Amino acid sequence: MAEIRLEQLAHSYHGAPSGPADYALRPMDHVWEQGGAYALLGPSGCGKSTLLNIISGLLVPSEGRVLYDGKSVNDLTPQQRNIAQVFQFPVVYDTMTVHENLAFPLRNQGQSRERIDARVREVAEALEIEPLLNRKAQNLTADEKQKVSMGRGLVRDDVAAILFDEPLTVIDPQLKWRLRRKLKEIHQRFNVTMVYVTHDQLEASTFADKIAVMYEGQIVQFGTPRELFENPQHTFVGYFIGSPGMNLLDIALGASGVEFDGHALAVPDAIVDQLRQREGGRLQLGIRPEFVQLVAADDAVLHGYVDLVQDQGTFKIVDVRLDTPSAPVIKARLGEEASVPEGRTGVHFPEAWQRFYIDDHLVGVADENL
Amino acid sequence: MKTYNNKAWWLVLPVFVLVAFSAIIPMMTVVNYSVQDIFDPSTRYFVGTEWYREILADPRLHDSLVRQFIYSFCVLAIEVPLGIIVALSMPRRGLGVPFSLILLSLPLLVPWNVVGTIWQIIGREDIGLYGWTLNSLGLDYNYASNPRDAWITVLVMDVWHWTSLVALLCYSGLRSIPDVYYQAARIDRASHWAVFRFIQLPKLKNVLLIAVMLRFMDSFMIYTEPFVLTGGGPGTATTFLSQTLTQMALGQFDLGRAAAFSLIYFLIILLVTWVFYTAMTHNDDKG
Repeated sequence: MAEIRLEQLAHSYHGAPSGPADYALRPMDHVWEQGGAYALLGPSGCGKSTLLNIISGLLVPSEGRVLYDGKSVNDLTPQQRNIAQVFQFPVVYDTMTVHENLAFPLRNQGQSRERIDARVREVAEALEIEPLLNRKAQNLTADEKQKVSMGRGLVRDDVAAILFDEPLTVIDPQLKWRLRRKLKEIHQRFNVTMVYVTHDQLEASTFADKIAVMYEGQIVQFGTPRELFENPQHTFVGYFIGSPGMNLLDIALGASGVEFDGHALAVPDAIVDQLRQREGGRLQLGIRPEFVQLVAADDAVLHGYVDLVQDQGTFKIVDVRLDTPSAPVIKARLGEEASVPEGRTGVHFPEAWQRFYIDDHLVGVADENL
Repeated sequence: MKTYNNKAWWLVLPVFVLVAFSAIIPMMTVVNYSVQDIFDPSTRYFVGTEWYREILADPRLHDSLVRQFIYSFCVLAIEVPLGIIVALSMPRRGLGVPFSLILLSLPLLVPWNVVGTIWQIIGREDIGLYGWTLNSLGLDYNYASNPRDAWITVLVMDVWHWTSLVALLCYSGLRSIPDVYYQAARIDRASHWAVFRFIQLPKLKNVLLIAVMLRFMDSFMIYTEPFVLTGGGPGTATTFLSQTLTQMALGQFDLGRAAAFSLIYFLIILLVTWVFYTAMTHNDDKG
């Protein structure tokens, strides 16, 4: 059980990295506190698995340090670090029974037979694989094998942390949900630090208390699911979290303030001042589809026509094409009972939910929204 | 509309014809010889199981059969573990890979009679590297006159020639193990021995089955190398089954006995191979 701290950690698979593009992980500082349930969320190839393998010691970082409870473990092997990791695809020892598979990490530590047996039964019960204990591992289904793989991670109760690398990829959806609940229960029962890598935001938010969103080798935001939803620190977080993702519009600074395609937008002066201070970057306005309001044409600055309505059962996603020169599509998420306007409609962005970005990074918002 | 008929048999027919000419008809000829005494095509007598009874009581067969089993056992006992060790110590990436693959392939490319000739020279105590070294170490080594030395030389020659095959098969088996298994083992804090016992060996099982069967069959039928090296001697120390058979069939033109001998020989190989196969695969079905 340990707090895991990353200090100026970076990794490149090239021998001599010449620019940021050569890094799988760009320099980062981060802390996973003891006992937390964390998710590491990001698209394929963003460096999630690389980061996980560095934490467990399977990979040696090219720069920076990994600290467990303040002590550097850079020079320690995974064996010496005493950490558990569950991989994306099931790894079982074919010739062993399920019981022997689960007992294997404990036997390697030289624990007593009674203790091993008690632990194995506890974990088997939690994962609902007790009836399989005496079966040969090679004859199990993919689901069952992955449960055994997870069991080998959970069976050790003295580990610094348990790392999960998209462990539910091969599991069918119903069981997925149950296993996530199980993991959460186990987390609460054993109070062990867990880091869960996934590219599925739903999986991340149901498992974790705090989510780290990764993009191009960096952690772009670390926060609760609510924080990620309400205040994306980076346009990627806005786009990646939420369904559908945040609407992003390219805006410009004009004499009258913030303008979009020639229309002046009502924006607080404090924000305009900040934008003016850092002129030259790419300016964007972000608004979540949940907060976009479709109003009578006379009540709005921006107007458009409904392009497409997708009925998702409990809500509708409405695509509105604005009648401005660049004609972007704005997505609005409406309740199932809300009526979809016909013909020309006004589009309104409530001030409290407008977010502004310079070169993809959030510009400070009024504090009451945080 | 699907039509159901037996036309697919025409597709299998070429294989039947090929196998008939390459295996079944020649073998039936041998069967024919083994139950008859044939002097010329018009003068032949049916003798039933007489050749079989005679050959089974022949001490020449007994001796070379015992010699053959000891030899094949030694070949397997040395080449299989040695091949696994070589495969485990081969590099997994980098320039060493093609280098070691080529090095290991070299003995396999040498024709059998050349292997015999090479070892005939290497084993000589006057100009041979192996023979001269042993003798200058004070060991009295002479494969041409000492039965024990002849035996060891034939065995070493086979190990030199064929361990590569086992090693290459095992290497390909090892290469097919995904990295994640080794990673999981490191996470589970498995020892090197445990990695071998629970990850590598189970994954090697199928290639080892092939290696054991190939090496058993080949070593059980060995002919050329000892024939070139020792000519079966000194005495009959290195006269194995196939050489006894050849002497009988071509040296003495005793075709009836030789045919019966051949069939018994064939059945022994078939039986032992089947035993190996069954023993190594019977665990698969157990849950």
